Amino acid sequence: MARRSLEQRRARIAWAFLAPTLVVLLVVAAYPLFRTFQLSLYRANLLDYPLRPEWVGLANYAYLIRDAYWWISVKNTVIFAVVSVSLETVLGLGIALLVNAKFPLRGAMRTAMLIPWAIPTVVSAQMWRWMYNDVYGVVNDLLLRAHLIEKPLAWLADPHLVLPAIIAVDVWKTTPFMALLLLAGLQSIPEELYEAATVDGASPVQQFWFITLPLLVPALLVALIFRTLDALRVFDVIYVMSGVNPSTMSMSVYARQQLVDFGALGYGSALSTGIFLVIALFVVLYLTALRVEVD
Amino acid sequence: MKLPRWLKLGLLALGLSLVGAQAQGVTVTISCGSVGKGYNFCKEGAEAWAKRTGNKVRVLASPKSTTDRLALYQQQLAAGSDEVDVYMIDVIWPGILGEFFVDLNDYVEPKVKADFFPALIKANTVDGRLVGLPWFTDAGILYYRKDLLEKYGFSAPPTTWDELKAMAEKIQAGERKTNPKFWGFVWQGAAYEGLTCDALEWIYSYGGGTIVDEAGNITINNPRAAAALKMAKSWVNTISPPGVLAYMEEEARGVWQAGNAAFMRNWPYAYALGNSPESPIRGKFDVTVLPKAATPEGRHAATLGGWQLAVNRFSKHKKEAVDLILYLTSYNEQKRRAIYGSYLPTRPALYKDPDVLSAVPFMGRLYDVFVNAVPRPSAQTKKKYNQVSAAFWTAVHSVLEGKVPAEMALRQLEMQLERIKGAGW
Repeated sequence: MARRSLEQRRARIAWAFLAPTLVVLLVVAAYPLFRTFQLSLYRANLLDYPLRPEWVGLANYAYLIRDAYWWISVKNTVIFAVVSVSLETVLGLGIALLVNAKFPLRGAMRTAMLIPWAIPTVVSAQMWRWMYNDVYGVVNDLLLRAHLIEKPLAWLADPHLVLPAIIAVDVWKTTPFMALLLLAGLQSIPEELYEAATVDGASPVQQFWFITLPLLVPALLVALIFRTLDALRVFDVIYVMSGVNPSTMSMSVYARQQLVDFGALGYGSALSTGIFLVIALFVVLYLTALRVEVD
Repeated sequence: MKLPRWLKLGLLALGLSLVGAQAQGVTVTISCGSVGKGYNFCKEGAEAWAKRTGNKVRVLASPKSTTDRLALYQQQLAAGSDEVDVYMIDVIWPGILGEFFVDLNDYVEPKVKADFFPALIKANTVDGRLVGLPWFTDAGILYYRKDLLEKYGFSAPPTTWDELKAMAEKIQAGERKTNPKFWGFVWQGAAYEGLTCDALEWIYSYGGGTIVDEAGNITINNPRAAAALKMAKSWVNTISPPGVLAYMEEEARGVWQAGNAAFMRNWPYAYALGNSPESPIRGKFDVTVLPKAATPEGRHAATLGGWQLAVNRFSKHKKEAVDLILYLTSYNEQKRRAIYGSYLPTRPALYKDPDVLSAVPFMGRLYDVFVNAVPRPSAQTKKKYNQVSAAFWTAVHSVLEGKVPAEMALRQLEMQLERIKGAGW
């Protein structure tokens, strides 16, 4: 009896400590989400004065399912997320292993590596826009000089090249972030394990596969989830580099066009809810995969 | 020190009344563009008005990009904010934001309107309400290299698109021998509002209408419009670089001003920049009206741009705000802006003013272009203009990319516009 009341008291204290977090989450996450869903059931134009919302039930969702542009934007976003996060993980792991090794000026190297990530995306995207220009851009100039291409490529105009070109910019920008997360994971692996492995005669490659990689899995998964969810929300790099163009537009770019440019509060909110559902799907996939790993 | 409550309140009231007595007149807030010298010119003008009337002005800078500026203004106005009294608005916004602005017919005498270009007054009139006064105007023009035309034996700039293509091909073939980066014609082909401006010029110059006519009927699906788009498609990768499909104004100017193009379609702002001291093409180019189709229906066309001043309907100082925009759009203030900032005036009389003509000679020559500029269908499509324009530029872009044939794209566009229109604009 006394024990149970102790448990109860502990539970009460736990709730008391959790309460501020829960309140903050309710205010900044749950409420906006609820409002967005609520708005998605109306037809309303931001530009009407006064605002004249009209209840339309699930009509916005019925249209969303048939909206070719929405599905194009989902496809673009998923391609963007999968390709960019895969490349960033592989390259980030390589860089993390490199800067984890001991060599002179390692501190300077680690700092320099973060520069692409520190530049605001809008600035670096505009910079890349100029570098990708087909006539005066430096990318074509270098490739032509190296005889890798015969004539200039229109990186941002050719519908087959523009998404890969944007993915390349994202990889350039975000690989340092990935490397940083993985470096933190690498540094948490105890040095003794490698010493013991060396005594046992394991080669560096074996050490990587049987010590580094398995022990890095938790950090790797956290980094992957972080980056994937971030990549699914992608907006700035795509918007700056190619605007609202069906060849590249992501879910967020499309939702922004509806909400801001067209003032379509209802349909834009339905799109936002759609984005939420797509991202939620990825979270469920990852969590399922994570549980399997833990078992 | 502990003061009784009544004394505190009394002191507060006294302080407030003193502040009130000190401030003569009211403070009017104006939101200006921040492109180039725009902010300084606006501030000088507004402060001159303040000095003259004993009021005060607060000048706010706004985002450089037109689209971002519209987004910001939409949010302020939709929230019923009275923060800004006078807004500087794009020529396509009266239909979009019109409900949030004061009807100037209630404040301005009809004869004042007669001093402005009628087309600009029309562009600012939505459902009979005059929502803005035109401040400076803009129109698409053709830039051409005088030296290269002469070198290849052409005595005058092209008047038809066919001539332009033939000239561009010849000059390009010749210049390529020494400059592999050279192209005949650059313009704005990225999927954005600028493509709507360019494509409207092609289609209108073929007699293909203005997407949606003045009565609100969707007219875009017609053979002349298709012919215009096919012509533009034929330029890509022949006389225009393949990358033109990602060019906005500044990318086109980048190619042009480096001396890598024979022709360019752009707004008048590129004139002053092309003639700046460090420009490689300084003094080697001139501007003229854009070419027309070589068909009987063909006519010269320039898309209308430009900026207006409008008064927020939530403003607490409407009378003073209207007075400010009357001052800023007045003959003398526009003259100052034309001479020192080469802003194109919105009053026909200024194009005959000898001081203006000697300072900015091309204004006189291009008078006809500005008078005949074609408005985008924003007045008739109102709040749905952005949707119409986005559907239009997306369709045109897909034709230029070669994804969809012109006729099919226009048929699909027509269906899409019908859906956007719904029961009415």
